[in-house]
Amino acid sequence: MLLRVNGKELHTNEIHTVQELLAHYQLQQKIVVVEKNGDIVDRTLFASTPLADGDRIEIVHFVGGG
Amino acid sequence: MVDRWKIGNVEFGSRLLLGTGKFADLDVQSRAVEVSETEILTFAVRRLDLDNPHAENFLERLDLKRFTLLPNTAGAYTAEEAVRIARLARASGLCDMIKVEVIGDPKTLLPDPIGTLEASKQLVEEGFTVLAYTSDDPILAKRLQEVGVHAVMPGASPIGSGQGIINEHYLRFIIEDATVPVIIDAGIGSPADAARAMELGADGVLLNTAVALAEDPVKMAEAMKWGVIAGRLGYLAGRIPKKRYASASSPTEGMIE
Repeated sequence: MLLRVNGKELHTNEIHTVQELLAHYQLQQKIVVVEKNGDIVDRTLFASTPLADGDRIEIVHFVGGG
Repeated sequence: MVDRWKIGNVEFGSRLLLGTGKFADLDVQSRAVEVSETEILTFAVRRLDLDNPHAENFLERLDLKRFTLLPNTAGAYTAEEAVRIARLARASGLCDMIKVEVIGDPKTLLPDPIGTLEASKQLVEEGFTVLAYTSDDPILAKRLQEVGVHAVMPGASPIGSGQGIINEHYLRFIIEDATVPVIIDAGIGSPADAARAMELGADGVLLNTAVALAEDPVKMAEAMKWGVIAGRLGYLAGRIPKKRYASASSPTEGMIE
């Protein structure tokens, strides 16, 4: 299937949940927030939130700013 | 001196809020934050760079029990974008404060008053503790308070300009009528500017570039700490009125003849 993650295409058949997507980028220990098709995914539901072909995912975090 | 203050339900000792952008070096930044004695740090919300996801991040260095995080909605040009960023920030589970920043023009980075008001109203309704970055317009400050913001943050001058306070008169109007804390945000260039803002009666000062891009950010962070403290004490002490002519400090009686 084809995901769009932070604006970039990701072709994958191994990633089925948000948690697996975060593991793919080794982000399990990072403080990140995930949006799927414009809706925020609750942190406690990463493992149970499925991903499907065409999903648009945003992975965001805090950076320096004023 | 016990001179604590509150934003929403959270109480603070320090009246200096520090931004975390533009620092060239994370070690220098850590020391600057330490000596500033700030308790509130601002952050921006951005996409993680998936090509470099493990780049060191300042937030990860912080003892989050010691600081209140104040994420901003910087980058938003509409109320909708600001609300989206605010919700993402809160979903981190780290904070429910938000600095509403809806920009109306890329050159001046002055806030869009209508977008700022709309986003602030929405976020207050959603239970955020809302600190609204605004211009020095006293009427807008009033309208923001009417929709329930927890602090108004008028700019001293354009973001990052270092011009200091360019409309002291209107800032005074905002401060005099405010029912929530007033934090002078943006444009502060020097410790004198920070002290001046506090002397006007502001409850706090938020600055970033003045420290981050100073030749010695650590020294400047300490200078800003003292600037804010000096200005606050001066305000509380009540300055003398200005006179046109001199008034001798030494007795005019008892002169030696």
